Amino acid sequence: MGLDFTIIPEYLDLLIAGTWWTVALTVVSMAMSLIIGVVFAVMQLSRHRLVRWPVTFFAWLFMGTPLLLQLFLIYFGLVQIGLDLNAFVAGVIALSLHFAVYNSDIIRSAIIAIDDGQYEAARSLGLSQFQTMTRTIVPQAVANVTPALGNMMIALLKESSLVSVIGVMELTLSAQRAISDSFRSFEFYLAAAAIYYVVNLTLEQAVRITERRSARYR
Amino acid sequence: MTEPIVKIRGLKKNFGQLEVLKGIDMDIEPRQIFALIGASGSGKSTLLRTINQLEEVTEGEIWFDGELVNQKLPHRQRERHLNQLRQNIGMVFQHFNLFPHLTALENVTLAPVLLRRSSKAEAIEQAKILLDKVGLADRADYYPSRLSGGQKQRVAIARALAMTPKLMLFDEVTSALDPELVGEVNRVMKELAQEHMTMIIVTHDLRFAEDVSDHVVFMADGLVAEQGPPSQVFRAPQEERTKAFLQQVFED
Repeated sequence: MGLDFTIIPEYLDLLIAGTWWTVALTVVSMAMSLIIGVVFAVMQLSRHRLVRWPVTFFAWLFMGTPLLLQLFLIYFGLVQIGLDLNAFVAGVIALSLHFAVYNSDIIRSAIIAIDDGQYEAARSLGLSQFQTMTRTIVPQAVANVTPALGNMMIALLKESSLVSVIGVMELTLSAQRAISDSFRSFEFYLAAAAIYYVVNLTLEQAVRITERRSARYR
Repeated sequence: MTEPIVKIRGLKKNFGQLEVLKGIDMDIEPRQIFALIGASGSGKSTLLRTINQLEEVTEGEIWFDGELVNQKLPHRQRERHLNQLRQNIGMVFQHFNLFPHLTALENVTLAPVLLRRSSKAEAIEQAKILLDKVGLADRADYYPSRLSGGQKQRVAIARALAMTPKLMLFDEVTSALDPELVGEVNRVMKELAQEHMTMIIVTHDLRFAEDVSDHVVFMADGLVAEQGPPSQVFRAPQEERTKAFLQQVFED
């Protein structure tokens, strides 16, 4: 039996819906992982142990264990303590936290790398600690690590396929559905791979534009 | 006689074991142009930085505009106290420290807008006037990376002036500049002096200090070794250490 790609149009609706869910999952998780990443980074730089400690704990938990296990824990585990999340939300939480931990590491070193003079200049004008961070330090730090954060976001897109195991009908699971119906695994896995690739190219392009924008002051 | 705007009493500062300031007393009158000179490591920059509390002090008192600067306060209250204080004290740094992600204009408007000194439109208006004053009206939309050192430093002065401070601190502001760019920054400072802005200038540029200041403090080893009008300190120094320092500098 040779390859027959003419089967794909029959399942196009399924694949498009799957792509849509993958994009939604990725975009929401990306935004949250970046926001939480900044918050974690700033918390880790706090002088107070009680502020640093929870982040250290999260970092240890989410860096030291597989994403798949984290998904299971959040989706199936939390039900036992009465937190019944729908699969999409569970997926977003797992992906956001998992990547927030990595993002925060990148952002934290970028914040440390900012010259002390920036901090002193802002404080000497009367800006508060918070204003200094949000208006002068963090924007520079994030701009300096846009490429590294971009790579994390590309990884996030690909890792989002794991969420298929808890039943979110994203691209990978959609392909599997098509396969179990048509028994054409090679065709549909290739189709899914091609779609991931195209979405990834778009994302890479977006990262590049962001990079150029955030570096326009250099 | 008017009340001094800055009053320093028995000021000491240690960095670990190292005593950098060993008991400084100083009065700065409103409208006075104060020059702090001395060898590297004499403590003049540290002294300047204690006035707006970028450096905490170990012992002694600093008063600014009738208020004790280094009050012992709980953390939050101290933050508020310092933010308030610093809004009235402008500072210009050796390495400019402009915010590189903001244009020249945005550097100048950032603090007045954030701290609600003025509306955004007013702040922009004011910033344009200040940039014009330092001769950079045509560079308002440039990012710092596209400005020369002298231009950066003039933007930094405009940024500090935007908060309409009662006192300006200058920390070796021409030391990092190429020699041919020193003049343009000195000119701006001289103009400010002529407008009777109260200024404390830490400098290695003794000719400029003599030219612009009306009171010179020579520091050595964390203490005030000699002070007086520039004509006296530069032309007829009393102390041996001052003589030695001046001789050494002018020989080079």
